[in-house]
Amino acid sequence: MTSWVQSYLGLGFGWFVAHLVYILLIALPLMLAVAMIIYADRKIWAAMALRRGPNVVGPLGLLQSFADGLKVFLQETIIPSAANKGLFLLAPIITFTVALMAWAVIPFDAGLVLADINVGLLYILAISSIGVYGVIISGWASNSKYPFFSAMRASAQMISYEVSIGFVLVCVVLWAGSFNLTAIVMTQKGYYAGWLGGFGLNGNVFNPLLFPMSIVFLISAMAETARAPFDLTEAESELVAGYQTEYSSMSFALFWLGEYANVLLMCTLNALLFWGGYLPPVDFWLLYYVPGIVWLFIKILIFFFVFSWVKATVPRYRYDQLMRLGWKIFLPLSLFFVFLVSGFLMLTRYGGVS
Amino acid sequence: MIQVLAFYLFATIVVASGAMVIFARNPVHSVLWLILAFFNAAGLMVLLSAEFVAMLLVIVYVGAVAVLFLFVVMMLDIDFAQLRAGFVSYFPLGGAIAVVLLVELVLGVGAWKAGAINLGQRAARLPDATPNIEAIGQLLYTRYIFLFEAAGLILLVAMIGAIVLTHRARGGTRPQNIDRQNRRRPDEAVRNIDQPVGQGVEL
Repeated sequence: MTSWVQSYLGLGFGWFVAHLVYILLIALPLMLAVAMIIYADRKIWAAMALRRGPNVVGPLGLLQSFADGLKVFLQETIIPSAANKGLFLLAPIITFTVALMAWAVIPFDAGLVLADINVGLLYILAISSIGVYGVIISGWASNSKYPFFSAMRASAQMISYEVSIGFVLVCVVLWAGSFNLTAIVMTQKGYYAGWLGGFGLNGNVFNPLLFPMSIVFLISAMAETARAPFDLTEAESELVAGYQTEYSSMSFALFWLGEYANVLLMCTLNALLFWGGYLPPVDFWLLYYVPGIVWLFIKILIFFFVFSWVKATVPRYRYDQLMRLGWKIFLPLSLFFVFLVSGFLMLTRYGGVS
Repeated sequence: MIQVLAFYLFATIVVASGAMVIFARNPVHSVLWLILAFFNAAGLMVLLSAEFVAMLLVIVYVGAVAVLFLFVVMMLDIDFAQLRAGFVSYFPLGGAIAVVLLVELVLGVGAWKAGAINLGQRAARLPDATPNIEAIGQLLYTRYIFLFEAAGLILLVAMIGAIVLTHRARGGTRPQNIDRQNRRRPDEAVRNIDQPVGQGVEL
């Protein structure tokens, strides 16, 4: 489409307009998906707690999120008098924008990616490390005790788990030999094709060296997005509502949307890095007639169900247990697997010890 | 065209936020301006097609170092009056540093005007098509492997040194034994009793 727009609007401006359209094509469905995923989250949670969940607005309550959105939109934005006004308003914007930015490098199908850069995974790591600032700034700028405690907890938690996420990503990158997400997906094709009569399995999870890392990544992803059981940042019994205590109306909604967009991103990363992304689960020619984007969405939704499931069933961690899990278990484990994977690759792929 | 626009955008923001780091009254604002400067410097690196360095700048400096800065600065209990009280006594030292920097700038610009130094051939040429990361990796892990390993060792020693210096073993605490907690099973922690009415529970 880029060249078609460029033929009308000139090389530079046409490129700009075309990419603006691409960005909207990703961001707007994403916002819709976030609204529906909030509904799904509440429904799943309710079902596991033997409740009905939202069922009033629209058929089966499907329009609940939109009603909530309209409600917060019409509310007054309250800025506490002691708050640092500029930063107070900046924080939700950072959270929301950063949550959207990472989607630029996600391949939805072979070649269907906004920016096919060769440092795709590093870009995602960089973007997710900026995400901490929305939380810290909101906690500090609120000038209130509980948001500040929450911001402290959140940033310590996010930094701790980013370390193990980083090492898990290194394992995957070592195996794929590339930081490009499309390349990483393509290297997951056809595990055990020889044993299974040509119909190999697609996905790094079937690799015994990477399977433990997929578990570590799933748990770290929950901690990174501050989902239950690691939602200590918004532990109601201790911190009122966490860093968003002082927020109301749209500024609150932006936090909400950003949080769920991040959860979706982590589900997508799980699917892309370990479950074969847009590839069908089995390397069988008939399955390739289903568009890759459908496979990716199915995988994302399965992971989102897992996230909701965990939220509905697992009790909240204590903070010291959370830190212990991050630093004393996941960090050594993922470091050991970096060593293991690189050793295995040296032995098999790069001609052994010479 | 877009490159030029992007360059001027990033460069202006880097310089402006660098200035704001000094001029901001609130130290937390200073750190936030510094972060903005880092971030835009990363943008400049991308324009130089050094995308690996750019991403590393964001991950390491913005994502880790600056967060720690922000942590420390936020926790400080700052008395602004006291902070400004030292201004006069620090002025000579600060002024001296400023003069040194100014002289260096003038010298640098003068030398640049006089003509560039001929740097000669690059130490190791790589084909232009090689992606950034591969190019760095090929140099780092072959030609400069010993320097690289030495740098790693120095960082390791520094880390151990920092831990040794700041670690203090506190006596008299009763830390949790996580293994024992995990090994605990319901049947050794819970006891069902048939409690008669009007009597206390025997513990």
